[in-house]
Amino acid sequence: MNFIWAGIMLLSILLGILTGRSAEVSSAVFEGAKNAIELCLTLLASMCLWSGLMRIAEKAGITRVMGRIFRPFLRLLFPGLEPSSKAGSAISMNVAANVLGLGNAATPLGIKAMKELHKFSSDPAAATNNMIMFVVINTASVQILPTTIAAMRAQYGAASPMDIMPAVLLASAVSLAAGIIAVRILSLRRKRP
Amino acid sequence: MSALGGFAVPVVIGLILLGGLIRRVPVFDAFLEGAGEGIKTMTAILPSLVGLITAVEMFQASGAMDMLTEALKPAAGLIALPPETMPLAILRPISGGGAFALFDNLLKNFGPDSAAGRVGSVLCGSSETTFYTVTVYYGACGVSKTRYTIFCALLADFIAVIASSLAVKMLF
Repeated sequence: MNFIWAGIMLLSILLGILTGRSAEVSSAVFEGAKNAIELCLTLLASMCLWSGLMRIAEKAGITRVMGRIFRPFLRLLFPGLEPSSKAGSAISMNVAANVLGLGNAATPLGIKAMKELHKFSSDPAAATNNMIMFVVINTASVQILPTTIAAMRAQYGAASPMDIMPAVLLASAVSLAAGIIAVRILSLRRKRP
Repeated sequence: MSALGGFAVPVVIGLILLGGLIRRVPVFDAFLEGAGEGIKTMTAILPSLVGLITAVEMFQASGAMDMLTEALKPAAGLIALPPETMPLAILRPISGGGAFALFDNLLKNFGPDSAAGRVGSVLCGSSETTFYTVTVYYGACGVSKTRYTIFCALLADFIAVIASSLAVKMLF
């Protein structure tokens, strides 16, 4: 991450100077930082709301029930994780929110899951295999109803905006499987808890 | 479909509240406790997001993004991808807002039911803004060594691009 980040910035600066676009690059620095803060404010709203609701669900035992429902899935993908643990429950809630298309709930729940998984880490600065598995599942998108995309398609006069759904499901499933297999292979290769 | 989305949020919130009341949880106190924690988490994420988004905006402003897509356009043929969707395929894991702006243009210029429009739709629906997700999730728990995360996540994104174009070919 350190090299990728520095590399992207250095390349941009260099290229900006070479192509005479350094003014654009320098305004992008502050524009980018400003956009990040705006994004944080949006995220803060859903973060507060869903973290609060999640705490109620936790105290009411709802999250533990979710963990039990998702037990086979958790057993398969997260070796060594107790499905009824806090981490197991949070992962289940995140996956449920993703599947239901509750995008703004999925992120706070996912962060919660990451924090719980992080507690099992022996090196706090490094990601564990289970954390990597969880992040890759989330970056591969487990959404079932592409509502935003269907809405945009409808706006431009698609004959049947939702007709892409089978293709989306197929492509999602294939890429998710590829991600999971890749994580599994690499986690077996380098043994680390 | 959007009606269904409209239902889901209130129903889920309702169920959580009912569950809490039945189990005699002091619901408002519990809510405040969790929401307060949410703010703390956000302050942990904020620095990473500022770092990432600034880098991405600089990358786009310098013209590096355009050069990258131009350079990779010939590769589109190799993976059976309509060349018009190549910029979208590259931007999708990096910038959510940027990708949706490109997708909007794609729909406007080629129509939602063209091959490019369809592949773009499937591509946007079957992948996520990978770098954003990685930044937010690891930022929240202070992890800097992401090990093989980026490799696996980008591999899944790459497979999603190929799968999108194949799925559209197969199903339409």
